[in-house]
Amino acid sequence: MKSVLSALIALVFLSIPAQAAVDVQEVTSPGGIEAWLVEEHSIPFTALEIRFAGGTALDRPGKRGEVNLMMATLEEGAGDMDAQAFAKARDALAASFSFDANTDSVSISTRFLTENRDEAMALLRQAIMDPRFDQQAVDRVRGQVNSIIRSEATDPGDIAADTFYNMAFGDHPYGTNSNGTLESVAGLTREDMFEAKARTMTRDRVLVGAVGDITADELAALLDDLLGDLPTGGPDLPERVEPTLDGGITVIPYETPQSVVYFGHKGIARDDPDFITAYIANEIVGGQSDSRLMEEVREKRGLTYGIGAYLVPYDHAELIVGQFSSGNGAVSEAVQVVKDEWAKLAADGLTEEELDKAKTYLTGAYALRFDGNGPIARILVGMQAQGLSPDYIATRNDMVNAVTLDEVNRVIRDLYDPENLTFVVVGQPEGLETN
Amino acid sequence: MKNGLTAALIAMASPAVAADVSHFTLDNGMEVVVLEDHRAPVVAHTVWYKVGAADEPMGKSGIAHFLEHLMFKGTDDLAAGELSETVTLNGGSDNAFTSWDYTAYYQRVAADRLGLMMEMEADRMRDLEMTEQDVTTERQVVLEERNQRTDNDPGALFAEQRRAAQYLNHPYGVPIIGWRHEMEQLNRDDAFEFYHRYYAPNNAILVVAGDVEPDEVFELAKTYYGPLEPTPDLAPRVRPQEPPQLAERRMTMTDPRVAQPYIMRTYLAQERDPGAQEEAAALVFLAELLGGNSTTSYLAQKLAFEDPKAIYVGAYYDGTSIDDGTFGLIMVPTPELSLEEAEAALDATLASFLEDGVDLEEFESLKTRLRAGRIYAEDNIEGLARQYGQELAIGLSLDDVESWPDILQAVTPDDVMVAAQEVFARRNAVTGWLMPETNEGTAG
Repeated sequence: MKSVLSALIALVFLSIPAQAAVDVQEVTSPGGIEAWLVEEHSIPFTALEIRFAGGTALDRPGKRGEVNLMMATLEEGAGDMDAQAFAKARDALAASFSFDANTDSVSISTRFLTENRDEAMALLRQAIMDPRFDQQAVDRVRGQVNSIIRSEATDPGDIAADTFYNMAFGDHPYGTNSNGTLESVAGLTREDMFEAKARTMTRDRVLVGAVGDITADELAALLDDLLGDLPTGGPDLPERVEPTLDGGITVIPYETPQSVVYFGHKGIARDDPDFITAYIANEIVGGQSDSRLMEEVREKRGLTYGIGAYLVPYDHAELIVGQFSSGNGAVSEAVQVVKDEWAKLAADGLTEEELDKAKTYLTGAYALRFDGNGPIARILVGMQAQGLSPDYIATRNDMVNAVTLDEVNRVIRDLYDPENLTFVVVGQPEGLETN
Repeated sequence: MKNGLTAALIAMASPAVAADVSHFTLDNGMEVVVLEDHRAPVVAHTVWYKVGAADEPMGKSGIAHFLEHLMFKGTDDLAAGELSETVTLNGGSDNAFTSWDYTAYYQRVAADRLGLMMEMEADRMRDLEMTEQDVTTERQVVLEERNQRTDNDPGALFAEQRRAAQYLNHPYGVPIIGWRHEMEQLNRDDAFEFYHRYYAPNNAILVVAGDVEPDEVFELAKTYYGPLEPTPDLAPRVRPQEPPQLAERRMTMTDPRVAQPYIMRTYLAQERDPGAQEEAAALVFLAELLGGNSTTSYLAQKLAFEDPKAIYVGAYYDGTSIDDGTFGLIMVPTPELSLEEAEAALDATLASFLEDGVDLEEFESLKTRLRAGRIYAEDNIEGLARQYGQELAIGLSLDDVESWPDILQAVTPDDVMVAAQEVFARRNAVTGWLMPETNEGTAG
């Protein structure tokens, strides 16, 4: 897609990216809970994002899927309300609560109106502090999880992802699906739900972001009510793990017209001083819609609808992962193009022009992320999880602009590794075999 | 992902109206709508063409969507890919999507780049260029897109088959992405013929949303879009209509890639018409109260809670269309139930709903949520831009768009039950079973 540039259009407008005008306050409640707040009083509601580090990686041995099942059952009744009564109470307030389980965290995303904020938070408190985990509710949600597990077992994309992560991480929690297996989920009990909640939702691991029609004092009071009585500490976090991806292609035969491909190898940690540099490099290689991979695999050759590569910085391991799908007749060529691009990159690095373009894009696009109370609340929590300070929002673009071509190419030489680039292909790929 | 394709837009239309809306029509017929939101220095620039997959010539299925892809090739002034590259260089993002009734292009970018976006979008409205090589390669891309979205997914193939059975005569039965055998034959002439006819200012709506002043937008629109020539004698959008449907259709589809069997049924349903949205509003309530909520809706209470027979059960309604929409039911049975037993349970529950009528407490709760939805929607100006674009592109007036929340609030429980009696006519319905192998439906 990159080609002749009309210099007039391209260059005149480069200079001043929009600034994200976000005024972050650091709030500490009387009870000692910390939160980041952006006051935004023009619309009468608040988005509140709560995240606990740990996540499904804290599943106990033999109980894979317990944290996932627990989070999915949290809203199924609390205090003297069963699942129906809880849902009716929430809907009558027009509030929304979403409970999610991720690899390294569990999170609660909420929004509620100013006019009934106290009632909405009292209701949420019951779900967090006093969930019922009724046997009937656990069994009903277990049925939903089992349905997902069965469906993923025949989905080529899910088969490819599960295979790839299992090759990378083996028996470490990162190496198996957070949903668990039909067998492990069958063994989970009500007691496991209470235990999983106590292990994963603790005060020492909570991060809070709030955006909307609420003051710092109001937020502080709310947080003590909502989270103050949680257990103070949880179990040790998982051990660090090195991915075992050392090249080659693994083909999983599956009858379907288009092969799904995962590829990747070891990545870079979020707190590595070179992370931003690597992030820029990856944008150029596989991040943007006009990345090198999109250009070579899609635009020039029509071998796929879309291809991307991503830095995956878990809390205790790092990967670079790429993904695409190609018809069974085209996938062999597409895999070769990816390998060639990786080799070319490792040998020659990137150009100054590519770097400049990526900087312009990344610095301009940053402000576009801050679009709405909910998205901003999630960004605030994500920044805290990464150990960033609030002034990162103002300085991040300067850090991007300060990266030099030499730095990018040094990081590329360290990071992009054609020898160890590992492929998993699920489908009936013509001309590809496991090697 | 670039050049996405919108599937049918399901469920509740967002019942929101932006506070500051301005409207203007250029001399060449192009409509301009401005939605103001000054909280962040960002703008969404969106152009909606009143043409979609249901306007394709017979035998050319997929051409509307294929053209959408080709619109990212060059023009007389822009090299292939240059438009997207320029958006990227300005820190923005761009995309496009095709539905049965419209095709839309949008960019999100810093508000001070609006003029540049208009300059490029106006350029490709009339001056598209592409080589044979562009067309050949991009055809491979859309075939891979079909592979990815449809052929690799038995649920998507099942939906395609059901839709083809739902519409006996209307082109809504043809998939947006196209039938593979027809996609393989699409060529440059097909694309240009479609383009020259339908991509014109008098067939387009500009919706700009964000940190902009209406006067400024109108001046820019006059400068960039104003000089474009309209297509003369553009015919009204009259598609082949459905005859009376006299026979229920049933289908059983098997695919070894299916792990979780399920049932879906759709009924032909009244859409939102200009000046007459009341029945559609009642259907929105019906879908929500019957199956819009996985805990408290009628179907969920009966089939997932009281006597659990379903892992998931739901209802949905899509009425934001030019011609007849559909009202759908889905049931994913618990493992011990056959699809035959599941369908019997679903039908029995539907019958009991028609007896019991609307739960008044749930009805009032839904009204509250619809009102709150207007507050929450103000936080998502681009969602609002999309809503206005869609609704205007299917021929609703600005007045229709803005009166919709009030029409929803005026719905009564009786209206809902009348709409239910009307829509649940089996002669209008397609019922499909999707399963891994045959005989599943009658197994115990």
